[in-house]
Amino acid sequence: MGAARTSVLVQEAEFDVAALQRGLLRGDAAEGAVATFTGYVRCDNEQRSVSSMRLEHYPGMTESSIEQILDEACRRWPLLATSVVHRVGLLQPGDPVVWVGAASAHREAAFEACEFIMDYLKTRAPFWKKETGPAGEHWVAPRSSDDARARRWRGGVA
Amino acid sequence: MLKVLFFARVRETLDCAQLELPWSEQVARLDALQDSLCAQHGARWREVLEEDNMIRAVNQVVVQGDCALADGDEVAFFPPVTGG
Repeated sequence: MGAARTSVLVQEAEFDVAALQRGLLRGDAAEGAVATFTGYVRCDNEQRSVSSMRLEHYPGMTESSIEQILDEACRRWPLLATSVVHRVGLLQPGDPVVWVGAASAHREAAFEACEFIMDYLKTRAPFWKKETGPAGEHWVAPRSSDDARARRWRGGVA
Repeated sequence: MLKVLFFARVRETLDCAQLELPWSEQVARLDALQDSLCAQHGARWREVLEEDNMIRAVNQVVVQGDCALADGDEVAFFPPVTGG
């Protein structure tokens, strides 16, 4: 198996999930499975209504930390391609904020890698969300459930 | 020079996104740099930078505990991440 193709994009612009999914395919029909995840800005969080959200990141470290997560996914599963797009800047409820895709010959690797990447991204990539709602602005607090999900992957493939 | 970056709530609370200072033996380790910043900028900085969950990165890699700093290094202080 050759090296899996990986790509990381951090951008303000909205993304086209259909185009991103096509971009995972290399054109020789080696992929039997593509799993993707799209995360959206929710209209509420922790019982607070959300009118907008601003995402800040650490340019440079953001990209390198996601690349490391993708490299780790490629070591754990036989992936053909994997990709992450994460938006930054001002977003509204309903806006897509993050997209993860993983292509493999079989579905198990694609499903698991997609979930692993998302769990690690949540706890390792330097992004910070600031929500605005009726009560004003506040920084979103990390969730212990996200840490717990990321910890499940310690010690290799489940 | 050492470049020091602050992000998110830390940047807002300190009202500082970035600063630069000359590298010297007095700031040749991460803990020493943090002490120096707190001594220079006052109690508010100490309170924020010494928070239990503060994350520190050197050259864009998260570090646990103290480490050596070389001339030209980039140091960052930030709160737990909340992306995705």
